[in-house]
Amino acid sequence: VFSFKDKTIKLWKITERDKRPEGYNLKDEEGKLKDLSTVTSLQVPVLKPMDLMVEVTPRRIFANGHTYHVNSISVNSDCETYMSADDLRINLWHLAITDRSFNIVDIKPANMEDLTEVITASEFHPHHCNLFVYSSSKGSLRLCDMRASALCDKHSKLYEEPEDPSNRSFFSEIISSVSDVKFSHSGRYMLTRDYLTVKVWDLNMETKPVETYQVHDYLRSKLCSLYENDCIFDKFECAWNGSDSVIMTGAYNNFFRMFDRNTKRDVTLEASRESSKPRAILKPRRVCVGGKRRKDDISVDSLDFTKKILHTAWHPTENIIAIAATNNLYIFQDKVNSEMH
Amino acid sequence: MFVRGLKRKCFDGEEDIDGTLAGIKAIPSYNLQRQSLLDMSLVKLQLCHMLVEPNLCRSVLIANTVRQIQEEMTQDGTWQMINTQSTGQASLDRLVSTDILCRSSREQAEGKHVAGYSTFNKDFEGDQAQDSSETMSTASSVQALRNLQSNVWEMENPQENKGNFQKSLDQIFETLENRSPNSVEDLFSEVDNSYYDLDTMLTGMMSNTKMGHCDGLETFSSPTTTTSNSNCKSDLNELDHIVEILVES
Repeated sequence: VFSFKDKTIKLWKITERDKRPEGYNLKDEEGKLKDLSTVTSLQVPVLKPMDLMVEVTPRRIFANGHTYHVNSISVNSDCETYMSADDLRINLWHLAITDRSFNIVDIKPANMEDLTEVITASEFHPHHCNLFVYSSSKGSLRLCDMRASALCDKHSKLYEEPEDPSNRSFFSEIISSVSDVKFSHSGRYMLTRDYLTVKVWDLNMETKPVETYQVHDYLRSKLCSLYENDCIFDKFECAWNGSDSVIMTGAYNNFFRMFDRNTKRDVTLEASRESSKPRAILKPRRVCVGGKRRKDDISVDSLDFTKKILHTAWHPTENIIAIAATNNLYIFQDKVNSEMH
Repeated sequence: MFVRGLKRKCFDGEEDIDGTLAGIKAIPSYNLQRQSLLDMSLVKLQLCHMLVEPNLCRSVLIANTVRQIQEEMTQDGTWQMINTQSTGQASLDRLVSTDILCRSSREQAEGKHVAGYSTFNKDFEGDQAQDSSETMSTASSVQALRNLQSNVWEMENPQENKGNFQKSLDQIFETLENRSPNSVEDLFSEVDNSYYDLDTMLTGMMSNTKMGHCDGLETFSSPTTTTSNSNCKSDLNELDHIVEILVES
């Protein structure tokens, strides 16, 4: 498992242990050295079962590769290299080499005064180990080919949707900033998350996304307040399910959303202790925006913006999802024979 | 934290377009709202600047917003009017700022001020006392903007003062930049605290498995260059190494 904090990246090994050796000759049960005069016979240590324990050990520490804060890492399909991205640069590492990395993207301007755009996320293509994509704070995506040149400052393809003039405001740029980008498992599409929507892009179409889903459009009229309290800068992740038919992302009030690309249905669910006991089925939630208010609806003004679900993940093959809500991690799974859960 | 007394209202660019600079209105005009957004953004940038590890993405987005507002204000003449209304003082602004550039930092430290500059300080204090509110006329909004400007200047290291409004923004980026490599804080930032927390947890587990579980240590690659401080066998070695570097420098 890779983790990154600030400018350092670590690779951890996770193991499970359910047995431990007992009956050492030289050390007692607490690990203290035995007084050798008390040892009168030799014994062979035996493995005894114990409670399952998960151990995490750091295996590699990749430090000093970044000047700015790392925002994403992505392991390549060749399983030998991976890339890490910070605000202005992307580096390519070899998994076994921790003191050296290659810089493959550098968008730092000669004069920092000219800086108007930063890198926000990046990912390797799931099948083509030479292709990767990175997103920017202006809402654009750049697909790069490492075979083209050593420094991939010139993109192969630029994906950008023209601004909608009817929705233009001073916050347009901020809400267009892409917080996460994920390739579909098929490798044909990319999923991006910006402040109010998730978008599906076809790799062959650079002019606009093929699908756009509204995550919480009712916040559009509240952008000024959200700018004031900094929530507008929150970075939400997004995820595909194993078959690329459903996409998922987090929102506020411990809500997360799922969109079925085929049926065009969507659902809002909540991850919180109060509303979910183990094995209980999650109840769909609804945010009401004026008009008819049903029972159990939440009004926009009573949403808790401190409860944000920024990190979500979907198992690559099973219908099991992981949702991080503040200090808690929720794991949900599909009810057998059910459509969306 | 934000400009007190100003009515905060959500707005998008299309509503309440006022067009005139008549100033005092019963409801907050578009210009006033835009002004308050500008003020809020400048305050945010200042606060960004004060953080030890500022968020570059956020700063860039806020700065771009400020630039957009500034451009729009220039286009519809608001900015121009603000500047021409107080031409004398405005040109003194720019004179003062370049003058600061020319002085050595020692002179600045000794507190040599041009008369105009100290007037600004007084204005700033005076304005802080009164609550700027909906009754803010264009003239006082000019004052507020310039006070924020001078505020930004005062917060900056005198050596970095470049003068006008646009540049104060850019200074913030420069200082963000300068905070980066080769500073002491950076060396310490590599010492990842979370690792230590995990470490205390691990020691509890590790003691049971110490005998057979040495491969964790083996896989740490050995230090290859003297300049690198990143390849260490354990957290203690890492810390020692960092201290060594500090002592040498």
